[in-house]
Amino acid sequence: MMKISVIQFPGSNCDFDTVHVLNNVMKVRADLVWYKSEDLRGYDAVILPGGFSYGDRLRAGIIAAYSPVMREVKKMAEDGYPVLGICNGFQILVEAGLLPGALLRNSSLKFVCKWVNLSVVSNKSVFTKKLREGDVLKMPIAHNEGRYFIEESDLKEYYRKRQVVLKYTDDKGRVSELSNPNGSIDGIAGICNDEGNVLGLMPHPERASEGLLSPFNSDDGRLVFSSMIEYMSGR
Amino acid sequence: MVVQNFIFVELTEEEIKEARRMLGREPNTLELAMIDAEWSEHCSYKSSKSILKLLPTKGPRVVIGPGYDAGAIDVGDGYVVTLHIESHNHPSAIDPYGGAATGIGGVLRDILCMGTRPIALLDSLRFGNIEESAHSRWLFRHVVSGISDYGNCVGVPTIAGEVEFDDCFERNCLVDVVCLGLSKINDLVLAEAKHPGDSAILVGGSTGRDGIHGVTFASRVLTEKSDKERSAVQIPDPFMKKLIIEATLEAIATGHVRGLKDLGGGGITCGLSEMADKGGCGIDLELSKVHLREKDLDPVEIMISESQERMVFIVEKGHERDVCEVFEKYELPYSIIGRVTDGGNLIVRIKGVDLANLPVKIVANAPIILRKAIEPDYIKRLKTVGDPGIPKDLSPVLLKMLSCPSIASKGWVYEQYDHEVGIRTVVKPGKGDASVLRLPNGSFLAIKVDGNSKHCYIDPYNGAAGCLAEACRNLVSVGAEPLAFVDHLQFGDPGNPEVFWTFSEAVRGLSDFSKALGLPCIGGKVSFYNEDIVQKMAIKPSPAIAAIGRIERQEWITTMNFKHEGDYIVIVGETKSEMGGSEYYEYIHGVVGGNAPKVNSIKEKAAMDSVKEAIRRGIVKSVHDLSKGGMAVALAEMCMSGGMGASIDYSKVPAENLRVDEILFSETYGRFLLEVDNAHVNELLELMRKRVSFGVIGKIEEGSLDFSFGDKRLLSISIEDLKDAWTNSISRCMGEV
Repeated sequence: MMKISVIQFPGSNCDFDTVHVLNNVMKVRADLVWYKSEDLRGYDAVILPGGFSYGDRLRAGIIAAYSPVMREVKKMAEDGYPVLGICNGFQILVEAGLLPGALLRNSSLKFVCKWVNLSVVSNKSVFTKKLREGDVLKMPIAHNEGRYFIEESDLKEYYRKRQVVLKYTDDKGRVSELSNPNGSIDGIAGICNDEGNVLGLMPHPERASEGLLSPFNSDDGRLVFSSMIEYMSGR
Repeated sequence: MVVQNFIFVELTEEEIKEARRMLGREPNTLELAMIDAEWSEHCSYKSSKSILKLLPTKGPRVVIGPGYDAGAIDVGDGYVVTLHIESHNHPSAIDPYGGAATGIGGVLRDILCMGTRPIALLDSLRFGNIEESAHSRWLFRHVVSGISDYGNCVGVPTIAGEVEFDDCFERNCLVDVVCLGLSKINDLVLAEAKHPGDSAILVGGSTGRDGIHGVTFASRVLTEKSDKERSAVQIPDPFMKKLIIEATLEAIATGHVRGLKDLGGGGITCGLSEMADKGGCGIDLELSKVHLREKDLDPVEIMISESQERMVFIVEKGHERDVCEVFEKYELPYSIIGRVTDGGNLIVRIKGVDLANLPVKIVANAPIILRKAIEPDYIKRLKTVGDPGIPKDLSPVLLKMLSCPSIASKGWVYEQYDHEVGIRTVVKPGKGDASVLRLPNGSFLAIKVDGNSKHCYIDPYNGAAGCLAEACRNLVSVGAEPLAFVDHLQFGDPGNPEVFWTFSEAVRGLSDFSKALGLPCIGGKVSFYNEDIVQKMAIKPSPAIAAIGRIERQEWITTMNFKHEGDYIVIVGETKSEMGGSEYYEYIHGVVGGNAPKVNSIKEKAAMDSVKEAIRRGIVKSVHDLSKGGMAVALAEMCMSGGMGASIDYSKVPAENLRVDEILFSETYGRFLLEVDNAHVNELLELMRKRVSFGVIGKIEEGSLDFSFGDKRLLSISIEDLKDAWTNSISRCMGEV
């Protein structure tokens, strides 16, 4: 049976939520794995959950990026296993060099928590297999350092390689200043590696997987997890 | 280390004399400092205890009532929720960021030390005039940011709250924070040390010089020197707190934690003496074991330091290792600092030498002070204030009301808070009158905090009861049955008989109303000395009431946004000429005074019961209670959140000979607005008949909010204009739009 590891760093706070959704909504086995673990053998995928690893000290995600478990996470990424970073997990993946770019402080200089519309730009990653390009999803964001930045010159290359996965848009899929909650370049909300097995995104799919919790009675977050599960079962 | 000869003591001459008499000897310097901390108003409730006795505290669902760090309510299927409210007013007035953040830290520990996981935070905030005062904007911005940074990092969602603005809070802002906890009933832990031989283990942050004399600082008025007392404000560390939360819950799961207390006001002194007193034991404390931030701390400083992020565990003898392994996993500093004894004394030693030896009964039970209460002159004076004239055009008045910071959207505040983490938040901030969380047993919990200092100033008895009534109406509006409340009572100097009168009136009001509703008070807090002698201003009496309710079924959860065009709008409850303390009088006309709304517990209960029944029968689609800004504001809010307009005939509002502005803006209690469709309107009216006053006042329509009297049109405002006034008002005040 497939098994997913959800890494617990000191200060992670979406760890239980992510495990809850995987176990009880997606009905797959997910275990919490303490950050000191140096062995992820037996797991078919790894998720770095949201939160404030090390209290965001020094810079969001950077201390966790150097913790023991990350050597294993890198190995899994290299071996083609699905690796998903949500919010602080995205920040950790960027700091660990597994994804390009940087996550800067929001342009408002304030923490922002709200539901946003996300357009699927590319379904290249293993987490977006079940999505169609152009689909608009609803998920909440909650972050202080979510402003994705990358040099314009590199951006073209990532578009060409279809690594830009999600963008903040309006409900019709249009990018505008109003629909961009944090000042990310081009409204980018999620990006994957060239192989498509490592994805980082600022929105929280685990908070958007049960209709009861959605102001729109939607469960779009499930599509991220079910894409991953489908990929794992075919692997 | 030596005990310093010179310390600051806030105790009065009589209190020192009383301590001497109770001890039968002269207390030494350390002992005096310990008594000083524990006998502070903040820790001892010495002025308020005799009045607080009036409040009802029993009920079928009450598992733990007042007297512990939090109250606990049975929510069924073996689960309990714990509830507590705290303020951090003085610290926030001089250091808004650190003061507010450590306020969150404190209330989280209160919930945690009951053995329950903190699952939600709420905040109830009061500031001066942010439209005019840069100082108030500074306080507001940094208080919100302190709450945001701390609550978000620690992973507990901030799901509801309220903000009020009034000149009286210009320097002395009020920062109240509410925390809700959840656990299995069998996992509850009490702050008691009752098994001699057990170990006292101090866990978490090291003890340092921050927060020295915090409780005594909080137990006097603010002065021009207060800004120099920032050392009395503790240093927040939400990351450490997050580790403490997880480690504490894991430690409890070992089954060997027999007592637990957070160290807040009064530090180690209060923590240990209160646990020993409750458990009927003593504690031997070895001070050299306490892990310190600075080596040269003297015993007085160690005993009263309020350094943050510390907990004391009472651990079953012989099982210290099991519990300490959990602390080691989280790399939390800890030290075994003492042992529970069968004597009744708190003995403080350094390397075996006695430094203090005090009966815990004496330390933990300050002599009660009976304060004088005299009705202030201003109360009668305010009642005779004349009515202002009716403005010619009420359209701009309604728009101005919507932009009034106390009424305008609080999106600027709650979007800075993570209100989703924990994935329990079903009704989110701004969507309903109260926020709703799902519970693990399939039922739902509604929670809200309310206050109204303008009403309480003019009429403390009815105003305080009115705050509780509003909190309950908010719960009922989302489909809940109110279960219990906690109160935070904030006043000026209790030594002033006029201030003390307002305090005892407020408690009497709360007590009478909660008894009438059969609603127990399961805890609370009193904060006196909210005065600023620079401006010679005491705050208006400001109780903040947090109430919780239970919703058994998902289909009962109700929100306030209008759902369908063509549906009827029904008002429940009679509107009266009770304009005193209304936002309309104060914000539009600058008039303070008149008759403030009065509670009528029979009518209030009848209105709540009818609305509850209508929701349970499934015949109403949206519900909103009437509060600040009255009917016109409530209708505008329903329109804006639903993106629909409404056509209202205000001649249909149950009221006797009222002026048009009174009908629109009166803040009379006991009223609701309901949306009902054509198929259910008769059933609803039948249900209401003979129980409450009501009127079918209009219909939901496209585009604009219109008011008419019969055929005569009074005003019409488009939804876009309403939204523009309401949505960005606070951002505009803060210079961000």
